Amino acid sequence: MIAFRLDGRAAQFSQDQRDTPLIYVLRDDGLREMTPKFGCGLEQCGACRVLVDGSPEYACTLPAGAVANRHVETSAGMDGAVRRALIDANATQCGYCLPGIVVAAEALFRVDPHPTRDRIAEALDAQLCRCGSQPRVLRALTALAGS
Amino acid sequence: MPLRQPAARAAGADRVGRLVRPLPAGLAALPSLGRWIRVADDGRVVALTGKVEIGQGLLTALRTIVAEELDVEPGRVQVVSAHTGRTPDEGTTAGSMSIETSGANLRQASAWARRLLLERASNRLGVPVARLDVADGEITAPGVNERVDYWQLIDAAFLDFEIPKRTPEKSPAEYRWVGHAGQRRVDVEAKATAAAFVHDAPAELHARLVRPPSVNHRLAELDIRVASPGTLVVDGSFVAVAHPKESEAVRWAERVAAKAHWRLAFGSPRAEIDEQRRAGAEAFPIRDGRPVRGPRQEMPTTFRATYSRPFLMHASLGPSAATALWRAGHASTPRLVIESASQGIESLRGVIARAMALDVDHIEIRHVAGAGCYGHNGADDAAFDAALVARAVPGRTVLLKWSREDEHGFEPLGPPMHVEMGAELDARDRVEAWTHDVYGFTHVSRPSPRAAGVDLLSARLLGQPLEPSTPRPALAPEVGIHRNALPIYAFPAQEVTKHFIADAPVRTSALRGLGAQGNVFAIESFMDELALEAGVSPDDFRRRHLGRDARAVAVLDAALAASGGLAGNRGMGLARYKNRQCCAAVVAEVAVDDSTAEIRVAKLWIAADAGRVIDPDGLRNQLEGGAIQALSWCLKEAVAFDAQGAVATRDWESYPILRFSEVPTVETVLVDHPELDPVGAGEATVGPTSAALANAVFAATGLRVRDLPMTPERLRQVAAS
Ligand code: FES
Ligand code: FES
Repeated sequence: MIAFRLDGRAAQFSQDQRDTPLIYVLRDDGLREMTPKFGCGLEQCGACRVLVDGSPEYACTLPAGAVANRHVETSAGMDGAVRRALIDANATQCGYCLPGIVVAAEALFRVDPHPTRDRIAEALDAQLCRCGSQPRVLRALTALAGS
Repeated sequence: MPLRQPAARAAGADRVGRLVRPLPAGLAALPSLGRWIRVADDGRVVALTGKVEIGQGLLTALRTIVAEELDVEPGRVQVVSAHTGRTPDEGTTAGSMSIETSGANLRQASAWARRLLLERASNRLGVPVARLDVADGEITAPGVNERVDYWQLIDAAFLDFEIPKRTPEKSPAEYRWVGHAGQRRVDVEAKATAAAFVHDAPAELHARLVRPPSVNHRLAELDIRVASPGTLVVDGSFVAVAHPKESEAVRWAERVAAKAHWRLAFGSPRAEIDEQRRAGAEAFPIRDGRPVRGPRQEMPTTFRATYSRPFLMHASLGPSAATALWRAGHASTPRLVIESASQGIESLRGVIARAMALDVDHIEIRHVAGAGCYGHNGADDAAFDAALVARAVPGRTVLLKWSREDEHGFEPLGPPMHVEMGAELDARDRVEAWTHDVYGFTHVSRPSPRAAGVDLLSARLLGQPLEPSTPRPALAPEVGIHRNALPIYAFPAQEVTKHFIADAPVRTSALRGLGAQGNVFAIESFMDELALEAGVSPDDFRRRHLGRDARAVAVLDAALAASGGLAGNRGMGLARYKNRQCCAAVVAEVAVDDSTAEIRVAKLWIAADAGRVIDPDGLRNQLEGGAIQALSWCLKEAVAFDAQGAVATRDWESYPILRFSEVPTVETVLVDHPELDPVGAGEATVGPTSAALANAVFAATGLRVRDLPMTPERLRQVAAS
């Protein structure tokens, strides 16, 4: 078995999953962590974003073996101010892009708690949203940055 | 701050108007109260709707309407959405109609529920209804110690009550929640924290498709000699694999794809709306709002311009998905159980029943959220795909997902449009004659049990193919190609004509706004071109043609007031969606980079009148979402095809959409009319935004871009011509 931490708790998966993209391992019956979303499998949309030891990665391509003994964080475990701010502001439409946006924004706010709008937009630039929720995501996060 | 109209006038019109009105259509067709509202005995209220959440906060808005009318806290109301056999059949969730239709049904049903409960309370307490007070379902009367609540007053007779006619509804002046901000959407938290989409549904098998290069290709050879690690389903040219592990299903689908050989079975006609196609189009001049067969009136015009948009994609962020379970054993009912993000589960059920030779009652479909769809995307097709796989593995729940390539390659595309405008100005620089000729393919090919064919993608691929319907011109008012072809302006003479092209080279169907985007882009760009000819400011030129349309003038003024006017690199666009729903004006400000020819939209101001505002925050969200999506279409998007007619733009790199760093700040002003019924707004801004952008680009560069998208290459082309 390969051990890692998932949102603060101990987790593991079998050796033969080593080369499987992390997203399938996370969403599989064993772990059933469903917030990382499959959008493209091509590192083009950011729907699958997770943090690995604090840095944003694409779970759709990252081989699961790469997270051995490391800490994987998903939107489900990020119950801090960033996720709260987005939920409280209804800063989404369909919500499919939301978990990835939470993850990318969380990564930014950990290193820079008071980013400008431009900085936030830049940090989220790899996160696609087809519904056009960007203005309100930016408003919610800019407000948080100023608080 | 919503701008409010005087309330006094509102109340009077309300009282008088409302008493004589018939029941909303849904309630008239299904008058049994318990099919709409159930006061559960555990302190909850259950509201049933046939409409679905597509990311616009609809279920939250419906909850608010029910809570308001019943006088209970919104938290008590649970809205159950689209589930065949359980919820009322309210048709497809489309065309920004849900607040109008389902909202009206639930509001009236709630008014009846409240009335019946108060009558019972009056008997119980021995106090006339007029003296009763309700707060969060608890009924009291001044000077009476006894109190009862809704949940003590219900019984079977309440559920079975048949609504006979309209009962008066609460006056908007008394509203506590409707029209007030601060309501958190009911579905957002779960979407950030847990399984919430059909993609996340538990299943025993994961399925993936092995698609041909295009719908015109058929399977020539599939040589699978390796022992199968899961299930392989081959029916004609429908090929799918299923495996208990998702990663294995994906891997195996790739291996099968490598072994499959396809041949082009049908011609690969050119994609564009070219001259030849236009010459073969059928013309329908619009008379009294409807396209009719008959001669088009010739109208000589001095000023002419042609506008176009390319094929567009819905491009949902999550590839289409569905679950299906084919029950084992002949006696099981229902035979087939589906979870789907379809916008029209009742139609879908009818069509799948036909395609699989099942009785409609043997199919159950429940709506589960998908990624935003913006019209007819692959959701229905995926449900049928899942059902086809499930039939091959009875007794096991299958979760089938399209790949990104499937989604971009096989969704029904938003059709291209070609719009020819003409006008004559009189001596006072007013439009005296106006012509509008819009050419295009169908915008309407959702699966329907009433259609002649089976409009589900895989049906035509089966060993015994079921052919899709032949596209037909939609002739109802304000649909398809001619949606918003009629101008909002009062011109002394006009001829507006829909030109229907039957031979679409690919599947095309409803994309947010249908024809409204292309038509309003053309009308509002042309208005600016004419204003320039007339030497009048774009807003004054519009005002002089708005006639007595005070609501449109108010919206235009609100947008200008918010933006501080059109000076600088700014442009505007104005339209009333379907010429009867939400009226929206948009002002855009752009900056165009001299060296790269890239357009950056710095800011958008939106003003909108959607009647009574139910949920200001939700309304803003929809207006803004539509505006951002329209910017994306106009700045970046165009589907390309390869030499065999297959979609060539199959990922986000070849089909880019607007990114965070490219979205403007947006300011939205709502013009509230509490005295009027609410109208939907999800599609209201796509047209005005498109034109505002083109007009702002003209203000910034002097370049009139009439063909979308406005890429740097396009700008250079226009500059060179
Ligand atoms: S799914 Fe990983 S980037 Fe799109
Ligand atoms: S909210 Fe739907 S994709 Fe972002």
